[in-house]
Amino acid sequence: MAQDTPSISSSLRPIDADRFGLDEARHLLWRAGFGGTPQQVKALAAWGPEKAVEALVDFDKSASYPAPRPDEFDATLVTELSDEERLAVRRAAQSQDEDTLARFRQRRMEQERRDRAQIVEVQKWWLRRLIESPRPLQEKMTLFWHGHFATSYRTIENSYHMFLQNQSFRAHALGNFGELLFAIIRDPAMIAYLDNNDSRRQAPNENLARELMELFSLGEGNYGEKDIKEGARALTGYSFRGNQFAFFPDRHDDGPKVILGQSGNLDGDGFVRAILAQKACSEFLAAKLYQFFVAPIPARAEPGHREAVTVVTQMGSALRASRYELRPVLRRLFLSEHFYDPAVRLARIKSPAELVVGAARSLLAPTRELSVLLDAMDLMGQSLFFPPSVKGWDGGRRWINTSTLFVRQNTLNYMLTGRTPQGFEPLADSRVFDPAPLLAPLSPDDRKDPARLAGFLMRELLGAAATEDQRAALAHFLTSGPSPDHPDTLRGAIALITALPQYQLC
Amino acid sequence: MDLHNASAFTRRAFMHRGLTLASAAVTVPAFLQSSARALMRPDAPLTSVPGVPDERILVVVQLAGGNDGLNTVVPFADRAYYNARPGIAIPEREVLRLSAKGSGGAGGAEGIGLHPRLTGLKELHDQGLLAVVQGVGYPNPNRSHFKSMDIWHTAETSGTGEGWLGRYFDNTCAGQPDCPSHAGVAIGRAAPLAMQGAKTMPVSFETPDLFRWTGLDGAERDPAQKTLDALVQGGPASPDGPDSQAAFLTRTALDARIASDRIRAAVASRPLVSYPNNPLARQLAMVAAMIRAGLETRVYYTTLGGFDTHAGQGGANGPHANLMQQLGAALLAFQQDLKAQGNDGRVLTMSFSEFGRRVGQNASNGTDHGAAAPMFLIGPMITPGVRGDHPSLTDLDQGDLKFGVDFRSVYAGILTDWLKTDPVKVLGGRFRPAKVVRG
Repeated sequence: MAQDTPSISSSLRPIDADRFGLDEARHLLWRAGFGGTPQQVKALAAWGPEKAVEALVDFDKSASYPAPRPDEFDATLVTELSDEERLAVRRAAQSQDEDTLARFRQRRMEQERRDRAQIVEVQKWWLRRLIESPRPLQEKMTLFWHGHFATSYRTIENSYHMFLQNQSFRAHALGNFGELLFAIIRDPAMIAYLDNNDSRRQAPNENLARELMELFSLGEGNYGEKDIKEGARALTGYSFRGNQFAFFPDRHDDGPKVILGQSGNLDGDGFVRAILAQKACSEFLAAKLYQFFVAPIPARAEPGHREAVTVVTQMGSALRASRYELRPVLRRLFLSEHFYDPAVRLARIKSPAELVVGAARSLLAPTRELSVLLDAMDLMGQSLFFPPSVKGWDGGRRWINTSTLFVRQNTLNYMLTGRTPQGFEPLADSRVFDPAPLLAPLSPDDRKDPARLAGFLMRELLGAAATEDQRAALAHFLTSGPSPDHPDTLRGAIALITALPQYQLC
Repeated sequence: MDLHNASAFTRRAFMHRGLTLASAAVTVPAFLQSSARALMRPDAPLTSVPGVPDERILVVVQLAGGNDGLNTVVPFADRAYYNARPGIAIPEREVLRLSAKGSGGAGGAEGIGLHPRLTGLKELHDQGLLAVVQGVGYPNPNRSHFKSMDIWHTAETSGTGEGWLGRYFDNTCAGQPDCPSHAGVAIGRAAPLAMQGAKTMPVSFETPDLFRWTGLDGAERDPAQKTLDALVQGGPASPDGPDSQAAFLTRTALDARIASDRIRAAVASRPLVSYPNNPLARQLAMVAAMIRAGLETRVYYTTLGGFDTHAGQGGANGPHANLMQQLGAALLAFQQDLKAQGNDGRVLTMSFSEFGRRVGQNASNGTDHGAAAPMFLIGPMITPGVRGDHPSLTDLDQGDLKFGVDFRSVYAGILTDWLKTDPVKVLGGRFRPAKVVRG
């Protein structure tokens, strides 16, 4: 017997305002941000799709998060040796002057120690900002670019360069992708990460040229080995001095080149322009944005594949039409029928950042010690500023295994109850999570009704994913205390919901 | 084997473990399903059933911080050793000499011996259970802890990519129906890079008590756990199809619950021998307990830290000597436990550190980051004795010992001769397997 599979919308047509309810508003808040409280969800639903999307996308009109103080981070922790010092080291090495060598080694180790302490401060600063910013989409896009242009502190060992790169991602968050590419080939952290500072006209280093096309803009199969060679020549001389981009003409190869069919005495900008002229660039970026904001693209034979590909193709055209301006494309996506189709809702596994930041924003859970949360995120496989490779985080099901699932549950339990994710009772934090504000949309009668309260909590925390059996089990738990809305009982119920496999979805 | 029987088996398995689970029809943990299949297949060769006693096991002991190889395997006959280390050298009369007996008649033990506090290892050596591979390293050694550790973990001089044991799992286990979620178990807060593959992540926990939902307080603890079990069991099933995200997550949660219960039950048992009270011994006691309980785990990973001895490391006594004491005593107790269980023939133990230390001591009676160092291999299956030559103390590379054995050829030897895996799939074809396993 033929089975009826509900048809999936592949349309970027705007969703009807009367189909935009609480579930749609909650979905929008999770995808274009990090979730919201029941009250925020209710407010967005009442605004309707146009105004709700505008509030998230046109974040320049929202209040801004306080800029970092000029002295927030020390820009001078990592210093290169001066020419004289370099000479002294060389002399000491030649004459086996161990004392001098040891002194320099000691100095470098001290520098590294202080810089490692600073990167932790940068991590905390960003995590706090992710949680507190009134512009969630700006932070979400910053996170997207961090994964897209993945650069790791572990390799470059320069916390200030990582901070500057993060600020650059934020400045370009929903700007123009072309501008971002021009910026990334001038970004000290990226230049160091992909060795472009070692690239010389006589011996071009191909690392940045290769990744610029393979991972950042075109994808494999859309360029040749010759394009990499010529691209690497175009990027010679792009380096940095201290914390700033510096172009070294004597290292640069200004001879004629042919890259992706464009010829001329191309430099780095010429290389980027040749990339932007490729149709593949818009489609590659569209597919990455789709997977970050909508859902994984199903494999060829799977249901939903055709619709996803259709949407990605339309997003690619939109990117070309807007000359790589991102805002109009995402606005259209967030308003579209496809974006709200049940097939793509609750189809993404939350990244550790989405899980932790989302819990703080949507449950108003205390964040307690940011260092504990960062540590927990690391155990879940996502340490901010430490992506595992230039490919970024694989994400999706790769986030989940038996160990990380427990860490996810226990991290939420820490935020809600103060018990550390490691379970050490003596370290428990006495700050109390107050669940009452979450019940704001509920009438006093409904708060006392275990079944309705269970249904409400599961809807708010799990979307439409809870089953009848689950609601019944939770309702039963709510009857175990003095009253269903007793704070201890509520806290227990919320801790239980956040421990569910489905809570990992958004 | 149809799904009905498999899920019936699974349900019995759940019940048996004291879990009250309403229905396990859709979300049967993959490895249990296939264990059921294997058990019910009469023609199946016994050895292919996961968990039966002749499955081979590798236990890795990581010495974190850069162990001072020269004060571990001591070249007491070399004057250069005493000249380079006036404040920290081990006096010749205290060095534990390695007899030819424990070396199976092999050479290489002339003029070298063990740190005086490595009495545990000396005993293993005398029983013919210890191999010392000298001068292990790699070209262009990196002296950063991070990078050198990444190099050892990935078996790539770039220090990038998947871990070598992760690639082993990717090639031999991942995606196969009988591959349990706990094929690799790492004791420690994070999963070591070495065990992370493209398709594989190890189970990792500091203590088994942390490998569980920390749940609610006191009296609410048990009802809460019961409610959680019911909630997980009542999760979305059929209409989403078996491969929906929710079904995948539920499956993993059930796997986790079972692995957690089995591991915690295993570790709660009393060991057959007494272990010393040190961090490595505690980890190895847990590993021995899991092996004894018949877990299907193929690789266990343990770590002892504190080897970054830049200042006041001491010689025959002092901080480094205490680490030597802990290492030797823990490894000896572990081996005795395995023997008492009758599992010693199944377990090969390997120790390594990210680098050795400089030949010359520094001005603070410590040693700075160096290069080549010895590795230890333990078990009745290893080729006992001292392998490779002790690196020269005078022919140095920027003040450091030159390596004679690439660590990847030791990995290759273990993969080929112990784990019975083609090392080319894991390491590429570049390394000749070192003959470290008998046979």
